[in-house]
Amino acid sequence: MKTTILIKLATQSIRKNKMRAALTMLGIIIGVAAVIVMVAVGFGARQRIRAQINNLGTNMIVITPGAAQAAGVSQGAQAFPNLSLEDVQKIRDEAQVVTAVSPVIVTRTQVIGDAGNWRTLINGVDVDYATIRDWQTTSGDWFAEDDVQGMRKVALLGKTVADQLFPGTDPVGQEVQIRNVPFDVVGVLAPKGQTASGSDSDDVVIIPYTTARTALSGRTFIPQILASTASEGEIAAAQNEIRVLLRESRDAEDFTVRNQNDLAQAAEGSTKVMTMLMAAIASISLLVGGIGIMNIMLVSVTERTREIGIRLAIGARGSDVLTQFLVESIVMGVFGGIIGLTLGVVGSKLLGHFTGWETVISPIVMLVAVAFSGAVGVFFGYYPARKAAALHPIQALRYE
Amino acid sequence: MEHVIHTEGLTKTYTSGTNEVHALRGIDLTIGRGELVAIMGTSGSGKSTLMNLLGCLDSPTEGAYELDGVRVESLGKNELAAIRNQKLGFVFQGFNLLPRTTAVENVELPLLYDRSGRKLNTRATAIAALERVGLADRLDHQPSELSGGQQQRVAIARALVTSPALVLADEPTGNLDTHTTIEVMALLQELNEEGVTIVLVTHEPEVAVYAKRIVEVRDGRIVRDEPVKNRRMAADDLEKAEVAA
Repeated sequence: MKTTILIKLATQSIRKNKMRAALTMLGIIIGVAAVIVMVAVGFGARQRIRAQINNLGTNMIVITPGAAQAAGVSQGAQAFPNLSLEDVQKIRDEAQVVTAVSPVIVTRTQVIGDAGNWRTLINGVDVDYATIRDWQTTSGDWFAEDDVQGMRKVALLGKTVADQLFPGTDPVGQEVQIRNVPFDVVGVLAPKGQTASGSDSDDVVIIPYTTARTALSGRTFIPQILASTASEGEIAAAQNEIRVLLRESRDAEDFTVRNQNDLAQAAEGSTKVMTMLMAAIASISLLVGGIGIMNIMLVSVTERTREIGIRLAIGARGSDVLTQFLVESIVMGVFGGIIGLTLGVVGSKLLGHFTGWETVISPIVMLVAVAFSGAVGVFFGYYPARKAAALHPIQALRYE
Repeated sequence: MEHVIHTEGLTKTYTSGTNEVHALRGIDLTIGRGELVAIMGTSGSGKSTLMNLLGCLDSPTEGAYELDGVRVESLGKNELAAIRNQKLGFVFQGFNLLPRTTAVENVELPLLYDRSGRKLNTRATAIAALERVGLADRLDHQPSELSGGQQQRVAIARALVTSPALVLADEPTGNLDTHTTIEVMALLQELNEEGVTIVLVTHEPEVAVYAKRIVEVRDGRIVRDEPVKNRRMAADDLEKAEVAA
């Protein structure tokens, strides 16, 4: 029999039992919608983290002290103040693939401006920092090599700090006091938003590291060195290079070299688990939906025994009946899948709209969800369909 | 005379455990084209079994059965399905129409299962069949919207739509009142006049008198096979009933 006729017969029979078909599909609809929403939320979270990590800079490498092993006991990262300006210099002079390098000296202190005072993070960095973090200014300019060499008291304000200390005015050319030392504001940084850990990237003041050492901390150790390469493909080579260079002046590998990907993976790890967990739970409802289809199809075979008998009597083959029931359950599965997909997409958008979560709907997930609901139709429809096809016409006709 | 049905020594034995039930014990029956035969018998006589065998709904235990020139006693399930589709039309006591399905869709159904490869407009053929039984104005009515007599007409149209060699009617008037029974019999007689071969299974003598020939089955054997004496024409009876009313 022609496929078009089969589909016609199947849809005819579904249309004749609209309520039952709708209830049957409900399980699939809810299951697919749930999977779509869960995965959309999970993917959204992942994409957000990815974006935040990328926001850190381009092709960035982070060197931190630590991971030292003292007599086999790991001291953990940052246990020892063992990165120095010499290390920075060495990387700058000898590394081949590394194109930019900068120490980061971190201090947290009070900053006084026009509109009051504000406790914030002071980062003492080199000029390369702008390149590494790919951080533009919205007003003014980054300080130059001269400012670093001359230990000049110049500062760039993050967006948050600028808003707090100079609301409504351009701080460039004005003065801030950091630990009672006056600094000239030379620039305001473009906003970068939240970091992966949820803190505010723009709540920061950036000054030359030389100035930071002399005027603020007085400490000699460097808590973090940032470096970057010209292209993404060179990151691994650069990491190796840095590791070898730093190792030359040390007895032990008491530092950690990581790239953005490492950071991203660490941050994504938990979201990935959550996404999979949520999708797994949602898949269970899809499975339950499939069992619902099987249940209704089984009831339907019994209920329609006479109908099957009539069809067999007027010349339908067992295989015709089998295919008809199978097509019915596939149509219900796929149709339910499409409705569920629509609901899931709309639901994801609404959820994103009302909660502010980012939701990402992946076309592959959409395709898989619909294909899977069709497969559910085949799988759970086969047994009832076979039962229907195996009926003997005489018994089926006599069935009351 | 060219025959539509020819059986020789048709037997059917049902086995349940060690019990053997001989439903048919050797039926020799020949029915020619254009006949209108009533198969009679009480319940348990074997007439239903005979009807199932003649209708290719079941296979005989022994014996030969030739239907419209085809030996069918040893055919497989799918071949029997094709035979039922091509050569047979069924009319049942309980009408057996698909519920929530319009008259024309019901009549069209056998054509949808047609594998013979003949190309035809199934919808138009179904409409023509319904016109033939006088239901041209009920095409899109569902069975629940039709009277018993109308439902049976739809069933007759469904049986005719494939132009079968034989129409098998199993107690076609069993669920109908006297007047409607005569109406349906009038239709069957009319179709028979047009050349349709009809086998009618009934236990009611007042229905059997509309046939041309009576075959009586008892205990799995044919005990009587003779032309109907005092054959009645249902159309005349209808006229008389109208005059009386």
